[in-house]
Amino acid sequence: MIDRIKLLFLIGGIVVCALVPPVAGAAGDDFYVTLFARIMIFAIAAVSLDLILGFGGMISFGHAAYLGLGAYAVGIFSFYGINDGFLQFFVAIVGSALVALVIGAICLRTRGIYFIMITLALTQMLYFLGISLEEYGGDDGLNTDRSEFIAGFDLYEEVNLYYLILGFLILCVFIMHRVINSRFGMVVRGCHANEDRMQAIGFPTFRYKLAAFVISGTMCGIAGALLANLTEFVTPEFMHWFRSGEIMIMVLVGGMGSLFGPAFGAAAYLLFEEWVPDLMEAVATGTGENWHFIFGPLLVILVLFAKQGLWGLIPDRSRRDG
Amino acid sequence: MTWLLLVEQTLNGAQFGVFLFLVSAGLTLVLGIMNVVNLAHGSLFMLGAYYAATFFGLTGSFLLALVIMVPLALISGIVIEVVALRTMYDRDHMDQVLATFGLILFFNESVRLVWGPESQPMPVPDFLDGSVEILPEAPYPVFRIVVILVGLAVGAGLYFLITRTKIGMLIRAGASNRAMVGALGVNIRLLYTLVFGLGAILAGLAGMMAGPIQSVEPGMGEDMLILAFVVIVIGGIGSIRGAVIASVLIGIVEVVGRSILPFAMANFMGEDAAQTAGPAVASMLIYVLMAAVLFFKPAGLFPAQAG
Repeated sequence: MIDRIKLLFLIGGIVVCALVPPVAGAAGDDFYVTLFARIMIFAIAAVSLDLILGFGGMISFGHAAYLGLGAYAVGIFSFYGINDGFLQFFVAIVGSALVALVIGAICLRTRGIYFIMITLALTQMLYFLGISLEEYGGDDGLNTDRSEFIAGFDLYEEVNLYYLILGFLILCVFIMHRVINSRFGMVVRGCHANEDRMQAIGFPTFRYKLAAFVISGTMCGIAGALLANLTEFVTPEFMHWFRSGEIMIMVLVGGMGSLFGPAFGAAAYLLFEEWVPDLMEAVATGTGENWHFIFGPLLVILVLFAKQGLWGLIPDRSRRDG
Repeated sequence: MTWLLLVEQTLNGAQFGVFLFLVSAGLTLVLGIMNVVNLAHGSLFMLGAYYAATFFGLTGSFLLALVIMVPLALISGIVIEVVALRTMYDRDHMDQVLATFGLILFFNESVRLVWGPESQPMPVPDFLDGSVEILPEAPYPVFRIVVILVGLAVGAGLYFLITRTKIGMLIRAGASNRAMVGALGVNIRLLYTLVFGLGAILAGLAGMMAGPIQSVEPGMGEDMLILAFVVIVIGGIGSIRGAVIASVLIGIVEVVGRSILPFAMANFMGEDAAQTAGPAVASMLIYVLMAAVLFFKPAGLFPAQAG
């Protein structure tokens, strides 16, 4: 079970997220509502990636694929004038699950370096597919409407969309908590620790790993559908491999193999992306857009010296948590 | 007329395959021998192109630019290896991926700071500018033919280096059991650095030759890197022979597929449908090929005998 101090951080995080719209509304600044909505969407993506990355030990460099698939599910329906949210999210979920099943079945035949390269290459394939689909905007992307769920719950009200995203985040974290602490979750973690031994004691590890891969991809598909709603725009860039790398960085910064860490990692990364360029701009005009110049070496240092991530910095009384 | 186009596009594909080979040869050696995932290899391709474009612009001589580019690429590779990668050999792949991802961000931004965000001009050198008739009434640029010849020469040279020389023997030995080679008194670290430097020169050479054909701009190495990964997966990690064959295969399938497929598909489906579906299918072709190879041979077409 989860440590009490960490539980406090978790509840604190949710409370902060829940308080952003009223506080921003009082200050008359909607910017932070959009920023935190974005953070929560990427928190879902990062938490879902951590299931296979941190717990399953499968280094997937293609998680952005599902972000893009979920987004395109909303975008393409909207293109044809169908804005029913239930239908869009259903297709986003089923679609990303099916694609994850196919990609996972191919990639999980391999291990190690091969796995990294193949997930990367197959995601890039979907990216190029998105670019070549002129019908749906190709390179330029596609303007989309926001989903319509039930009458009276208008997502064009920024606050409604915000709390929908928060609701999905809490739901996803809860599901992930249940998955990781279930028997299934233990088997997946066992595959990470020693796959040969798991096979030797009789577990069909391929099926377990594939199931974890599909769960992870599906959850990220939901994040993609939410992202399309937030930006009202879908582009192949959602699937670019830099995006996959960013989601991996969020997991690393938050703490690999910790359930809630990646959500904080998403917040840290996106706030860094938001504030550091401004800071650089304040120090020397015109340098803000070169923030990668600082972030690149910083990432190397993080990898070398801070593997535990932010979540690992929080004092912990029990040795492991789920 | 169509088969003329086919010949021309096949040659273009072979020439693109040469770039892929030069980039993936270094990468596959590094992966096979050092077991390090190096995403920053594409940055070496980019740096080679920038060095060459700069010194070609300054001196006006393509060959002089080549002579200056080679040691610069070597130094860049060695600096990357010594400063960043050396600490990664004992780390897991996740760390290597993220750290070298950080290096990509750094190099792209450095290039943008030094040379600016716009692409650098790099014309085809005068003495290679022009075309020959490879077939009656089918002119083909000399520069692209030279690229193919250089690729053949480098491939042969690498084959000789790895199978016939002492260094090649050590490289092969290091790939199969590096602890044992170290125990026999070989400076394995120096060997790693040399292999990495060699890979940097090859990638830089590819970047230099790609300069007049593509544009020299920040991030130009990334697409190359991912295609090089596809090549390595198909050819087998650590296998030069696999890299040669897979590079040419991927180069030709990619280039020919993109130009021919929309026409070919129009034969058995509507013109409009082919114009829509053709490019989409063509862009997926090499990845489907990769998935098919993996399905039958999970370790690639030519798995290196060692580790």
